This record gives sequence, C-alpha cells and structure tokens, in this order.
Amino acid sequence: MGRRVTINPITRLEGHGKIEIFLDEAGNVVNAYLQIPELRGFEKFSEGRRAEEMPRITPKICGVCPTAHHMASAKTLDDLFKVEVPPAAKKIRELIYSAFMFEDHTLHFYFLGGPDFIMGPDAPPSERNILGVIQKVGVETGKKVINIRKRTRDIITLLGGKVIHPVCGLPGGVSKGVKKEDRDEFIKTGKDAIEFSKFSLKLFDDIVLGNEEYVELVVGDIYKHKTYYMGLVDENNKVNFYDGMIRVVDPEGNEFCKFKSKDYLKHIEEHVEPWSYIKFPYLKNVGWKGFTDGIDSGVYRVAPLARLNASDGMPTPLAQEAYEKMYDVLGGKPAHNTLAYHWARLVEQMYASERLLELAEDDEILDKNIRNIPTETPDEGIGVVEAPRGTLYHHYKTDERGIIQKVNLIVATVNNSAAMSMSIKKAAQGLIKNGEVSDGLLNMVEMAFRAYDPCLACATHSLPGQTPLKVTIYNSDREAIRTIIRD
Amino acid sequence: MAKPKVAFYWNASCGGCEEAVVDLAEDILGVVDAVDIVFWPVALDFKKKDVEKLKDNELVASFINGAIRTEEQKEMVELLRRKSELVVAFGSCAHLGGIPGLANFSNRNEIFERVYKTSESTSNTEGVFPQVKTQISEGELTLPLFFDTVKTLDQTVDVDYYVPGCAPPPDIIMDAVNAILKGDLPGKGSVLAPKKALCDECERNESKPEKLEISEFNRVHQIEVDPEKCFLTQGIICMGISTRAGCGQRCINANMPCRGCFGPLDGVKDFGLRSMSAIASIFALTNEENLSEDELEKLMDKLVDPAGLFYMYSLPSSILRRKRMEK
Repeated sequence: MGRRVTINPITRLEGHGKIEIFLDEAGNVVNAYLQIPELRGFEKFSEGRRAEEMPRITPKICGVCPTAHHMASAKTLDDLFKVEVPPAAKKIRELIYSAFMFEDHTLHFYFLGGPDFIMGPDAPPSERNILGVIQKVGVETGKKVINIRKRTRDIITLLGGKVIHPVCGLPGGVSKGVKKEDRDEFIKTGKDAIEFSKFSLKLFDDIVLGNEEYVELVVGDIYKHKTYYMGLVDENNKVNFYDGMIRVVDPEGNEFCKFKSKDYLKHIEEHVEPWSYIKFPYLKNVGWKGFTDGIDSGVYRVAPLARLNASDGMPTPLAQEAYEKMYDVLGGKPAHNTLAYHWARLVEQMYASERLLELAEDDEILDKNIRNIPTETPDEGIGVVEAPRGTLYHHYKTDERGIIQKVNLIVATVNNSAAMSMSIKKAAQGLIKNGEVSDGLLNMVEMAFRAYDPCLACATHSLPGQTPLKVTIYNSDREAIRTIIRD
Repeated sequence: MAKPKVAFYWNASCGGCEEAVVDLAEDILGVVDAVDIVFWPVALDFKKKDVEKLKDNELVASFINGAIRTEEQKEMVELLRRKSELVVAFGSCAHLGGIPGLANFSNRNEIFERVYKTSESTSNTEGVFPQVKTQISEGELTLPLFFDTVKTLDQTVDVDYYVPGCAPPPDIIMDAVNAILKGDLPGKGSVLAPKKALCDECERNESKPEKLEISEFNRVHQIEVDPEKCFLTQGIICMGISTRAGCGQRCINANMPCRGCFGPLDGVKDFGLRSMSAIASIFALTNEENLSEDELEKLMDKLVDPAGLFYMYSLPSSILRRKRMEK
C-alpha cells in the first residue's frame, strides 16, 4: 500500500473542502479526491414554504453570491406565476445584477485568485495575499479596490435592502424603484467601474502577460482540460448574465446544443458518489463516463472562461476588445486553460461595468411601473442566471395556492464539481513525483481549484494574513510521517 | 502586553456572516490591530489538535456563526468552548437556527432521498447516498455524520452572548467587538442589540392607526404595497411587531416586510409563538363577532404556511424544536 496525502481542509466551497491524494509505492499519484463534507438540504426544507418567500430563503445558500440566488429565484417566480416583468423592473434587476457581478469578480481577482499572479505562485506565503497585492500595486490602488467594491455594493443595498441577502425580487417585478438622485450616483459609479476594469486588465497585462513564466503556466499542460463549456447567451450568441438561452459548445468549440431554461432536464443530469455530499452534473446526451475529459465524457465546465468559450463574444465594445485579445494570446477558441479563468473573469468584469453604466443611463429605469401583480394560478417555474461561478438553475413546483411542493437546484459551483476534482488530480500528478512533496506544491494544488473561484468565502477573510494550509503525509500504517505547514 | 486572542468559526451557514465582517471595510483594520486572531473560521488548517494546543480559556472570545448540522461542527464548537472565555453566537443561524434550521421540518432520510435520489436532475438508480465511510480501491474516504436535527449553538455548548441578524449589520458587530474589548458587557446570555421592537423605530409607525387591526391576510406578491404604510395595515404579515430592533430596517427600506432575523425581545423564549399571538391579537377584532365559524376559517386559510413563516429563522430555538417524524 502506498502513501496518502491529506489536505484538510482546503478552503471552503460553501462549506469545507478536503483533498485526499493517494500515492503508489514509488510515491507517484494514483488518484485524488476533492470531498465536500457539508450539506444543508434546501431542496427538501423549502417544501411547504410560500413560493414568494423563496427569493428570501434561497440566497441563504451562499452569503457571498446571494444576489445570484435571489435573481434566479425571482425569475423562477415570474415563470411560476406566468407574469411578465415590466421593462423598468427588468432593467432594475439587471442593474443590481451587473453591480453584483462586478463587485464579486473584483473580490476574486484582488483578494482570492489574483495574488498568485500579482505576487507569484511561489512568492513567500506571507506576501501572497491582498496585503501583498496592496504593497505591490500601491496603497492608493488598494483603497481604490475597497472603494469601488463598496460603491457597487451600495447600489445593491439601496435597491435590494440588504447586500448580504437582497429582498427586492417579486414575481412580476421588484419592490422598489429607482429615484432620479440615486440614478445620478449609479451613473458615476458605472463610469468609475469601467475605469477600474481598464485598470484591472492593464494590471493583468503588465504582471501576467509580461512574465514568460506565468504565460507558460497559463498555457501549460498541468492546468488544462478539454471539456464541454456552458453559458447563457443573448440572441446574438453574446454573453449575458441575467437572461437568454443556455448554449453548450464541445471541446472543439462547435455548438453542441442550445436550449431554453425550461428544457434543462433534457440536457443535464447529476451523478452521486458515496464519498462526497456534492453531486456531479454532466451532459445527459453524452453521459457520465467518470472523472475524465474529452468529447466522449459528459463533464462540462461553467463560469467565466466557460461562458466566453460558449459564446461568440461580448455585447459591449471594451469587453469585446479584451475578449479578442485574450483568445489571440491563448491561440483561439475554445481555450482549455484552467488558469485563464482569471483572465476571462476580468473580461467579464469589464462587461459588467459597461452594462451597469448602460442601464443606469437608460431613462426607462426611472419608470414607476415596476410590478405586474400575478393573476394566473401557479404550478411550475424554472429560472436561470449566470452566477459569477457559473450557470445557476432554480426549479419550483407548487400547488394552486403557491405553496412549494418540489424544489430542484443546480448551484453554479456544483456544475464544476467533476472538473475541479479532475483539475486537482492532474495538478497533483504533475507536481508530486517519487514522493517528493515540496512546499511549492501546496499553492500549485490550490491554484488548480482556485481558478474556478468555488465560493471561497474564506479567502475574503484572509485580508490580514494568508490562508494557512497543511499537508500531512501518512505511511501505510496511517501514521503521520511528515507535515508541511504553510501559515 | 500581548493582544487578546480571538477565534472565528463557521458551521452550517452561508458565508454571509463572513462577508459581514469584510463589509466592516476600514473598521476591520482597527479590529485586527486590537486583537490577535489565532484561529480563522475558514482557515484551512483547523485540525482539532491545533486548537487543542491552546490552553483552556486562552481565547478571550470565539465568534461562532452557523447552526450545528454535522458531527464535525459539534466537535469543533465543543473544543472552542473549552478554549474560550467567551463564546459569542454570531448571526441568526448560531443564535436561533436560521434558515438552515427549517430542515427541522424534515430529517436526514427525507433530505437524502430528495437531494440524492428523487431530485429531477439526479440519475441514481442504485440509490447511492453519501456515506460516513467509503472504501475505495486506494483506501478509505470519510465524511462527517449529518444529524437528523439542526441545533442552535446554545443547544450544543454554553453561549455567553448573541450578535443577532442575517447577516449582522456593521454597527451591531462593531459595538459588540468594542464591548468585549473594553469588558463593558451586560449580563451573561444577553443579546448585544437594542432592547426595543423593530416596530418602535420603524418609519412607517406613524401611518399606524391608533387601534391596529388586520381584517384579511394578504401575501406580498398579491397586492401593490404602499411604501409609506405599515405592512400590517395592508394585511401583510410583518414580524417587526415581535422582532428585536437594530437591523436598520433594511428589508423595510426595500419595501418588503420583516421576517424576524433579529429574533425575539428579551424574556421571550419562543419567537414564532410570540409573533403568532401578536398577530392573532390584532386579527379581525371589531368584526369577529359578526363572522361565522366558516367565514373566520376562510379568512384564516389565507394565512398559509404559518409555521414556515413565523419560524422562518427560529425553528430549532422554538419550544418544539422540530416537526415530529413518523418512526
């Protein structure tokens, strides 16, 4: 029997995460598992609840991306109660959503994922964090990050009540309209968000693309999987976060299918493993073939890079420019490089800020008609949005009083669960040879899942320091023989 | 002098309480200056023995959010209790059970059945459920036990103070932290928030008639809600009547009624019961005598899912704690 490397816990995924790596006699990786040891059971305990309360219940799935659940839930209620949303209300929802996508992507790049590049994957752990980033890019920039994030979050607070768990979404609209004086502030924030997105892209350009080693890391084989990709697109097949059709491209980049939210069950199925509380979605019409990539495996990926791969471009000019540049450097579409998720996230940050400004400048957003009162009898509704971490599906069935009978959810990060496991295994296999576990391994393994931004709420708390990580190596008698701690 | 040591930890929660700490923005730097955070809720290294190395009571305070849902969470909070002078239940889930506490209308078997077997998108003909121990060809993989019943923090370990809210707002957090640092604390078991009801500070209070009365129940999606008027006068259940103040009326500012995340006022054991009796006392007052039993029942029927509504954030902390399940 070989050895076993346990990384417990890695950072969280709306709960804790644990990696188990098994080595053979020679000390090479046989297999690796990403385990999610938590479950809360929203699908079950939402049964019996009032449907209209769902946009207030489901955000509690995730306090980092509550706005995604809130919007998916509100859209599900529109469908459930068969009610149209007035144009102003739709724009208010999308305005809130654009502000949210911007602040959430900003959080990831500067607090979570970015430090690996800005500071370097093998920089001293004490510097590889937001404080290190601030030191390197300057205190003024650090303040800029905190400030723009606060201002975009303030938009959500103003219109949604609470930024952590908004409450404004109702079937057929929103509970609160936009006032003229607030709108002026939104426009200012939108303009500054665009400037900030330009700055972020330039920073990526200077620090990552200007460094051959990093470029090699991004395009290299350790962080690469040829999978299917999924994302919402508008009528021109451009990326959309709030609405549209779900498009899937195959590993060659050809359109595999394009479907409406209501048809999601024809295309997605979930696999269960006894060793994790997370399920593993796959494309039903390809099938579950295990933790493997390629055109014959139903494993697909979601979130920024997947959305860009699954689309024909960005609907706004500056984001489109950034999109084209990214694919130029990566050598065309689709890009299979997991670390390019970071770059795609910045392309999307630009789109979110451009869209935020567009909506804020649209006079219709001031319209007082923000709700249609439902009149139809509810029965079943499905709502889909692109959460920062991927395509998010809500599906409710009710009785005629609008009391929930059944709930099915496919949460954004869950779509990536199989791919994340594969990424960790591949990184471990590429890095652990002959039983040699170096300190550098720790961060390199972390980078394999960090690129997906799997709701790593933890890293937002590591503002004052670095998230520590511990690897314990056991001998075949399960005795710990070596421990490496990075703190 | 060494800085006081504190810990943060999370259980069955969403990460919103962690975001609430990040939303302190610049204030967090002051907190970090004043204390030594020796254990971080989502810190990657939280093997029990690392906390066990601390002396008993070495931590000035542990701020613990989330309800208790698994064996692993129970073990961690027991350990933190031993190592801490003060344990603070942080946020609605630790305080009252929170939204994850709604799972007490159900149990483990029902949840597993639904999530892993009958869910529309799940393909699981062999009925595989996650297991505490799984043998694989390379060895054994383990998962923590998922309990039948969700518990609040104080049903699991002794709790000294409570910081309410989903999520707690920044001013309430800062006041609590400052009170602990200065040692300027009320009696053990206090909720560190105002002692009045949300209604008492609500801007819509003035719109309330002298004698408040509900003649019929409406649901928030069914009517145009007047943003100036008290929700109760519009027939919409608003829990501001029985909920502790201190949230800054966040939901009401968005023209949505209170759902009780701040929990009950001092001296109230069962939040849902108190809320229900408060609503009952103002329902159909003047007209009640003129209504037949049938007519009253019809009116009452419009109050759907009362248990889920009145106990939205507090089912595990209620007197009944959970729905009784068939054996």
